[in-house]
Amino acid sequence: MTSPSGPILSVENVRKAFGALRAVDGVSFHVAPGEIVGLVGPNGAGKTTTINMILGVLAPTAGRIEIDGIDLALQRSRALTRTNFAAVYAPLPGNLTVEQNLRVFGRLYAVERLSERIETLLATYDLVRYRKAKAGVLSSGEQTRLSLAKAMLNRPRLLLLDEPTASIDPSSARDIRAGISDLVEAGHCGALWTSHNMYEVEAVCDRVLFLSRGRILLEGDPKTLPAQHGAASLDDLFVAVAHEPPHGGEA
Amino acid sequence: MNPSRVAAIVLRQLYLFRGSPQRVLPIFAWVAVDILLWGFITRYLNQVGRPGFDFVPALLGAVLLWDFLTRVMQGVTMAFFEDVWSRNFLNFFATPLRTSEYLAGLVLTGVMSSVLGLLVMLVLAWAVFGLSFAGYGLALAPFLMVLFLTGIALGITGAGIVLRLGPASEWLIWPIPTLVSPFVGVFYPVTILPAWMQLISSALPPTYVFEGLRAVVAGRPPPWDRLALGLALAVGFVTLACLFFTGVYRYAIRTGLIARYSAETVS
Repeated sequence: MTSPSGPILSVENVRKAFGALRAVDGVSFHVAPGEIVGLVGPNGAGKTTTINMILGVLAPTAGRIEIDGIDLALQRSRALTRTNFAAVYAPLPGNLTVEQNLRVFGRLYAVERLSERIETLLATYDLVRYRKAKAGVLSSGEQTRLSLAKAMLNRPRLLLLDEPTASIDPSSARDIRAGISDLVEAGHCGALWTSHNMYEVEAVCDRVLFLSRGRILLEGDPKTLPAQHGAASLDDLFVAVAHEPPHGGEA
Repeated sequence: MNPSRVAAIVLRQLYLFRGSPQRVLPIFAWVAVDILLWGFITRYLNQVGRPGFDFVPALLGAVLLWDFLTRVMQGVTMAFFEDVWSRNFLNFFATPLRTSEYLAGLVLTGVMSSVLGLLVMLVLAWAVFGLSFAGYGLALAPFLMVLFLTGIALGITGAGIVLRLGPASEWLIWPIPTLVSPFVGVFYPVTILPAWMQLISSALPPTYVFEGLRAVVAGRPPPWDRLALGLALAVGFVTLACLFFTGVYRYAIRTGLIARYSAETVS
């Protein structure tokens, strides 16, 4: 059942094991409407594994994921109509043009008045002049903007952004951050945002989750969390968390 | 099943065809070469063979029908390979797209390309070698339907194999029709095969099509009961192929194969 007042994303005690490796080990968190939650951690911490499970392309070993009140395991297709994503490691097909990509993905999300929506997104992400260009020939920054345009096609309730401003110049990155912040505030949607850029996390996220070795070690407001843990900045806190000993205290 | 999502898969393929003559050309070129090659072989055989037996419908008709099956299979697998080559599984399967909708999209693109190929073959066989299927009319439909369904089953099975084993296993897929052809009696009656091969033949739907074709060429009525058996087998094959693909897809979701699909990461 859809719950307008409840969390847009609810992740409860989710685990993912690949043989003996526990990539994600009992992670629980939620994303509320109008909230941007940062998911940060060192390489191999389990961020992308967590996002892949929320995207329905990786089945959890245990636990429960609900998007907008819909159980992902039970109603995968319906739950995924409420979400969308942009990730640097998932470029859109390079053999289709910018416009063709948006049209194909717009149909996959059954977007109403698709042509109108595409025009709006092309303008918003400064892609009008590239509409007939094959996605594969765009610069990495332009490809990222295309991925973001695709991610906005269906006006998702939950936006999953895996390093969304990587490869984008500082000026465009600032515009994109502002645009997503406004969208989240105005549209009552929520976003889960991973980044290695702590300045960005502090600027954009309402709450941050520090993930290390598949577990959430810290959670809180990115502006106050460093001081609470005796760190000068979010960057310093990141370094300290990244060097935390493995579970159980073994060196 | 959501028609918009099925249409998205078809639309993607149409865009690729529109922007790429090298994708369109093989639909016509190879079937044309096959028809010309076998057309001239049959013409030669008619000259040196015993009078009264016409090789054109027996051999050229068989080649045409077998090529149709092959093109249907390749139409399905080629549409699937576009996602393999562009590493697009994560983008597609992170949408509301269901496997049934994805497969339906692949099949529809297979229909489009194979029907185009079939039209080229029919026109060439008629214009150059005088082989016309027009006289058979609707009686040809069950023959084509059995081959069509078998081609779909082979295409979906091939897609499942590549999804499970990785892009490097592509070379396993292309020879599948060649591997099947000795068993289904494209050019000869299956009665000349050893008993163990005949056993396999009886389980393969195209066997009943080529058996029927030879009956028609010999002036006998089409064996409808045998064609019905072939049709039932073909429906069974499509069902099994869909179950196989769905099983592989579930495995890929469980292991994370979909998210990190590449030649390097798939064993």
